[in-house]
Amino acid sequence: MSDISFVRTDMLPEQEPPATTVGFVGWARANLFSSPLNAILSILSIVAVLFVLSVILPWAFMSSWNATSLTDCREQIAAAYGPDHHGACWAVIKDRWVQLVFGFYPPYPIDGTAHLGSPPEGAWPAYFRPIATFVLILTAVAPVLFDKLPRKMLLITAVFPFLMPWMMWGGTFWNPVGAMLGFGIGYLAYRFIAPIAGSLAGVIAAALLPIIWWLFLMGGFASTMQSIIALDIPTVNSRKFGGFTVSIFIGVVAIVGSLPLGIILALGRQSDLLIVKALCVGFIEFIRGVPLITLLFVASTLLNIFLPPGTEFDIILRVLIMVTLFASAYMAEVVRGGLAALPRGQYEAADALGLDYWKAQRLIIMPQALKISIPGIVSTFIGIFKDTTLVSIIAILDPLGLTAGIRANAQWNGIYWELFAFIAFVFFIFCFSMSRYSMYLERKLKTSH
Amino acid sequence: MKKSVFLGALTVASIAAGGAFAGTLDDVKARGKLNCGVTTGLVGFAAPDANGEWEGFDVGVCRAVAAAVLGDATAVEFVPTTGKTRFTALASGEIDLLARNTTWTFSRDVDLKFEFVGVNYYDGQGFMVPTNLGVTSAKDLDGATVCIQTGTTTELNLADFFRANSISYEPVPIETNAEAQQQYLAGACDVYTTDASGLAATRATFEAPDEHVLLPEIISKEPLGPLVRHGDNEWGDVVRWTLNALITAEELGVTSANIAEMAAGSNNPEINRLLGTEGSLGEMLGLSADWGKNALEAGGNYAELFEKNIGENTPIALSRGLNAQWTDGGLLYSPPFR
Repeated sequence: MSDISFVRTDMLPEQEPPATTVGFVGWARANLFSSPLNAILSILSIVAVLFVLSVILPWAFMSSWNATSLTDCREQIAAAYGPDHHGACWAVIKDRWVQLVFGFYPPYPIDGTAHLGSPPEGAWPAYFRPIATFVLILTAVAPVLFDKLPRKMLLITAVFPFLMPWMMWGGTFWNPVGAMLGFGIGYLAYRFIAPIAGSLAGVIAAALLPIIWWLFLMGGFASTMQSIIALDIPTVNSRKFGGFTVSIFIGVVAIVGSLPLGIILALGRQSDLLIVKALCVGFIEFIRGVPLITLLFVASTLLNIFLPPGTEFDIILRVLIMVTLFASAYMAEVVRGGLAALPRGQYEAADALGLDYWKAQRLIIMPQALKISIPGIVSTFIGIFKDTTLVSIIAILDPLGLTAGIRANAQWNGIYWELFAFIAFVFFIFCFSMSRYSMYLERKLKTSH
Repeated sequence: MKKSVFLGALTVASIAAGGAFAGTLDDVKARGKLNCGVTTGLVGFAAPDANGEWEGFDVGVCRAVAAAVLGDATAVEFVPTTGKTRFTALASGEIDLLARNTTWTFSRDVDLKFEFVGVNYYDGQGFMVPTNLGVTSAKDLDGATVCIQTGTTTELNLADFFRANSISYEPVPIETNAEAQQQYLAGACDVYTTDASGLAATRATFEAPDEHVLLPEIISKEPLGPLVRHGDNEWGDVVRWTLNALITAEELGVTSANIAEMAAGSNNPEINRLLGTEGSLGEMLGLSADWGKNALEAGGNYAELFEKNIGENTPIALSRGLNAQWTDGGLLYSPPFR
């Protein structure tokens, strides 16, 4: 019996793949040099990137952090790296970062004239209030962002829109309480009037009564309660707001305010009620038809002319209202996109279940529509946050506005890119985190396969 | 209590609307603070330091007025204004006084309904060129590219100057002084033109200031001064005479160093009237008798303010020039305190 087999009976041992297809070489061959054209493009891009880095990196890292003025910076850099080297003068950031972050907000509001580092008697730690506000924002937003956190934290979220302005501006604690009561009044009005006079009358009462309360009765309520139980913290004038504090403040208020307003506007635009629909369409189209900067000019200059002389209508508040309205018009269109993308069957299914309008919206329509709209909503948020820098044009000293003020000091006059680089860096952190979160949320909410 | 919080502020708007316009002087006294409009930042004239305290030559005027009216040089709310918002801010009553290197022109005084109470700095538009351009006169600038801030009087002056001398130029419009510095240094324009004080301040920041020269021509008059609203003459008088007090004090040799001694009484009756130990000038203005003393103690007399903020020992290094006392060949000439 012949023992010659033409078929191999045992497996050959696995061999290492050729060196040119694994590791960095393999990756580069597959991705960068897969064809002559790709190879040329890759080399050109690498050269371009290296060229840019060779300019930026020495500038950014062979720099000065400890100088006291621009001249000093130049001397230090010349001494360390030779006279021809142009290095960044980060010392300006070291000197002024506190101002860029907090603007003119008094470090110790109890005594507005006290300087950082010399706290007056009985003062809270420096910048306690803006920092606490920022922490509060994070705590309030966290349960909304991550559903693994305890649901009780949503209570913080509910009170935070009222607490935040109070913590920043100060004054009596009864103001936020009064503002909250307004919503209580609205709820009660709906609760008791709707069964008697019908749903529409309930909604109208729920909208009207709180406005009457806020406009005419709340001031009296707050001062009366204040005289009974004094609960107040020192007030801080709006003019003291500045730096990233004002950007974040305006951004957060606009974001928090624009989402509910935008949803209401989007629903109103889809409504069958003629007047509601006309009002919503008119509002949205008007706001979207004018640039934000025009609205800011209206807030800062035109309103001044229309309002009677001597009227004290806080400039930051005017800007907040304008930016929120602006954002809500865009938000409305984004949400409307989500609503339009829902199949007709979802609406009909909700009707078939016997849900009323609000229940259908809350349980069926909105969860799906908002999910579809997430990328658009987050884009709008990011856009609004960046648009807050426009307020520098109406002389609110946001980070960009402060650059002019910093440069106007004799020791930092002539400095340019370092300030913008720092501001861009901080904005990038915020916007990039928002963008990453929205991608995480999309993946999490994805129900299709 | 300040009810600016949340929606409550809407209420304030409607309630405060009922309040009539009392005199600005009474408003300021009742408020206990002077709202003073300044620029968002101009070297030497107004800038916030690292602690957020405003400093500068224009700021000195604000502080002097606050000290004269309220007896406290720190009782000032500095309201930063841009070139676009400054006039509405003043017209609407948001600020009581605008001290923002604003040029006194006919139309601003008459048409915009403001009242310039005086001049705290006589400026003029100049040119800066790189030395290696070899230009010694602005009339040699035929065909030059010129960096110029848009929407300012400098833009119009430039057009007038070049037309009058029948030479051509190419404007490079820019928005801010900082941007102009970058453009000029990057060679985007041959010439940078703005107020001479601004040019000096800009040149001082260059790595090699010697490589740039200011041309001798000054092509415009830019009298910069504080202004108030039309129609409130009492308030206008307060600001005008506070400024005059600073100028007169220099003329009479009253400085922050010797003011305590002078205020005890001197042989010069005008000093006594200025500092309130004689006569009743303060009462006539509706202020306390020592208003002039307070104003001077805020930051010293005109010369001290000048030297501290923009004078020859500062990086800006401006000489007094037109801004010297009339006795030294300058234009500062305060009416007598009598």
